[in-house]
Amino acid sequence: MRNLIILVFILLHQPGIAADQKLELLEEKQLFSGSENTKTTLRMLSSTDTDVFAPTIDIFLKDNPSLSIEYLVASSTDIDTLFRQSPGNYDVVISSAMDLQLKLVNDGFAYSIPNIQHPDWAQWRRSLFGFTLEPAGIIFNKEYFENIEIPQSRQQMIRVLREHPELFHGKLATYDVRLSGLGYLFATQDARDSETYWRLMEVFGNLDTRLYCCSGEMIDDLASGKVVIAYNVLTSYAKARLDVFDSIDWILPNDYTNVMMRTAMVSADSKKIKAATAFMRYLTTQAMQTTASDKTPLPPLQSESSDFQNSVIPLDPGLMIFLDQLKRRTFINAWENAVIQ
Amino acid sequence: MTDTSVTNISGSLRRRLAITLIVGICIFAVLLFFIIRLYAAQIAQQSQDSILSASVTSMLDAAKVRDGQVAMDIPYSSFSMLATPQDDRIFYAIYQDDQLLSGYESLTLPETYNNTGTVFRSIDFMDTPVRQVIASRTLSGLTTPAALIVTVAQTQDNLSVTLRDIAKNAAMIVLGFFLLAVVFSAWASSTTIAPLNRLTQSVTRRGPKDLRPVTRPVPAEMAPLVSSLNHLMQRLDDSLNQSEQFITEAAHRVRTPIATVRSHAEITLQRVDKEENRQALKAMIRATDETSRAAGQLLDHAMISLRASQLNSEPIDLSELIQELVRSLTPVADLKDIEIRLDAAPDVRIHGDSILVQNAVRNLIDNALKYSPTESTINIQVRANPKPSIVINDQGDGFFHDEKDKLTDRFSRGRNSTGTIGSGLGLTIANDVAKAHSGSLRITNNHNGGACVTLSF
Repeated sequence: MRNLIILVFILLHQPGIAADQKLELLEEKQLFSGSENTKTTLRMLSSTDTDVFAPTIDIFLKDNPSLSIEYLVASSTDIDTLFRQSPGNYDVVISSAMDLQLKLVNDGFAYSIPNIQHPDWAQWRRSLFGFTLEPAGIIFNKEYFENIEIPQSRQQMIRVLREHPELFHGKLATYDVRLSGLGYLFATQDARDSETYWRLMEVFGNLDTRLYCCSGEMIDDLASGKVVIAYNVLTSYAKARLDVFDSIDWILPNDYTNVMMRTAMVSADSKKIKAATAFMRYLTTQAMQTTASDKTPLPPLQSESSDFQNSVIPLDPGLMIFLDQLKRRTFINAWENAVIQ
Repeated sequence: MTDTSVTNISGSLRRRLAITLIVGICIFAVLLFFIIRLYAAQIAQQSQDSILSASVTSMLDAAKVRDGQVAMDIPYSSFSMLATPQDDRIFYAIYQDDQLLSGYESLTLPETYNNTGTVFRSIDFMDTPVRQVIASRTLSGLTTPAALIVTVAQTQDNLSVTLRDIAKNAAMIVLGFFLLAVVFSAWASSTTIAPLNRLTQSVTRRGPKDLRPVTRPVPAEMAPLVSSLNHLMQRLDDSLNQSEQFITEAAHRVRTPIATVRSHAEITLQRVDKEENRQALKAMIRATDETSRAAGQLLDHAMISLRASQLNSEPIDLSELIQELVRSLTPVADLKDIEIRLDAAPDVRIHGDSILVQNAVRNLIDNALKYSPTESTINIQVRANPKPSIVINDQGDGFFHDEKDKLTDRFSRGRNSTGTIGSGLGLTIANDVAKAHSGSLRITNNHNGGACVTLSF
């Protein structure tokens, strides 16, 4: 399959697409082709790293050789900006920020797919479909914890951090919720779940935590030992990073675990509705197969090893609350007060 | 009993009643369906309104003035309470006086809204019908008091699905109700019609001479009809009685004077010698005979018509009846030297009116006697098979072929009857009697001359 894929890294500032002022927001761009001659090219805007999503695309293109997929990667907040600016330019939008995706659907940007079978809890308006279940965990550097008890919950982590402030000062990592859509989603859900979150953030703030925009850098720094604990990082990202597999490990806090669904939607302004819909059907079908985890690093909705369905962040209009300007301002204020000291 | 008179039928009471009921129920059912739907729509809208209202209230409650600025820590439930099975979209806007603080800029307030109270309205937002609620609260703690206005709008997908479900259920209920009502109306109409059917049966079952009034109780609505019917039957009974009386009376009153005239004429004939006068008297006697016979036959015919319409059914032994007749007619036959031979099978029985049968056979034998030459033989056979029948053969001239069908008409006489006394009613009477008993009269000629008349039952 790999040999069919034509990898094309295109310089982002090429003529022809330079007209799109916001294109510098794109981080990666890659073209996958089902065969030599393809008629239809689906433009996919995604927050998932290309190498993580590539296996999923490969399987789809094997069954649909007449299609090719232009895969564009941006951060979840940039996806929202790009897509709202020109919804006709993209056919499929995939993002880890459930709240932003739900708001896009609410605002009428998504195409409602008729007769699609998907569980109610994993879809909204037959327009937004969750296709992964990914828990946020605490990732740590294994070497560092050889002599220290590995915390299993947030309370334990607070205790461990307070007991060894000298060990952890400047060595903690979490998302900068002002920059990361996914970080903001996890932070707001944490704040909903428990007051422990605020105490934890205060501890993080006291220990001069480093703030990251993206999970990749966090994991890089974890592997190199620059930081030793990263809080609220998708374990699936860690799993996918085979290069650092030996040096890092993770736990899912046993007090509560936030589970996120990666969601996908078809643009209402797409001119390739048929192909985009076919991709969605494939994506949702695959998400319901427990065997899918053998083929792609993305954990499917149905899994034999873990059951996260009860702790998944619900796809309902409540997600839009934290996107409200006043609410966001209030939350960011509280977060800044706790973390930045 | 000979025929059922054709009844002119227009419509059916039962059908009319059933149709009226069903049409009424139909209108009622359709009305009921729309009332249920209207009512359901109101209730469904009310419940959506109350949730919208709760959402807005919780948002208003979350507003605080902090450092001269409005801060709103909107609870998660403000929006999650609006989640519906159909995943309805929600839109909101928060205004401080006329200035948008947060939310959808295009979700405007109604121009008439005066910043007090809670207002609901249905509008189109983003090309979708939505239900909008607007509520407000006065903010204190700012330099000047300001109104905080929150509006939330929700699409109506769930509402329409609910309404569709309700409409479907209502339709099923109404349909079930309608079917029950149809069965009921069929039952009701047949129950209502039942007394009429019972009356019809009791009248139909009656014997021909039973003209008693109907006495069994009937519903009030049928009383005038039954009363008229009773009245009619009474009049019919009276009229029939009168006719019978009249005929009997007439027979007596007519025959006696004619007989007197005849005997006077005969006596006078004995006394008159002048050939001219004798001829006149003979003509007179002939005319008298003819009159007597005609009168007799006319009265017989009238009697037969009367009795045939209400036929008496009693067992008759045909053989015995014929034997008696032959005995009584033998003297008349002897006058013309005619021999009557009777060949009667024993025990030929029919059901009928013996007076009528006797009359018919007498007329037939009379005819045979009249048209037979002197010194001839009349053969009478009574058969049981294939049908009970009486066959009379004479040795007269027989019938003209072309006349046979007409001879049974009233007052119709054959061409060879010239010179013979007759009224033309004899065969008519026999034919009428045969028909009254569901039998037939067959007129043929024997191949060796003479007429053959067969009366079968």
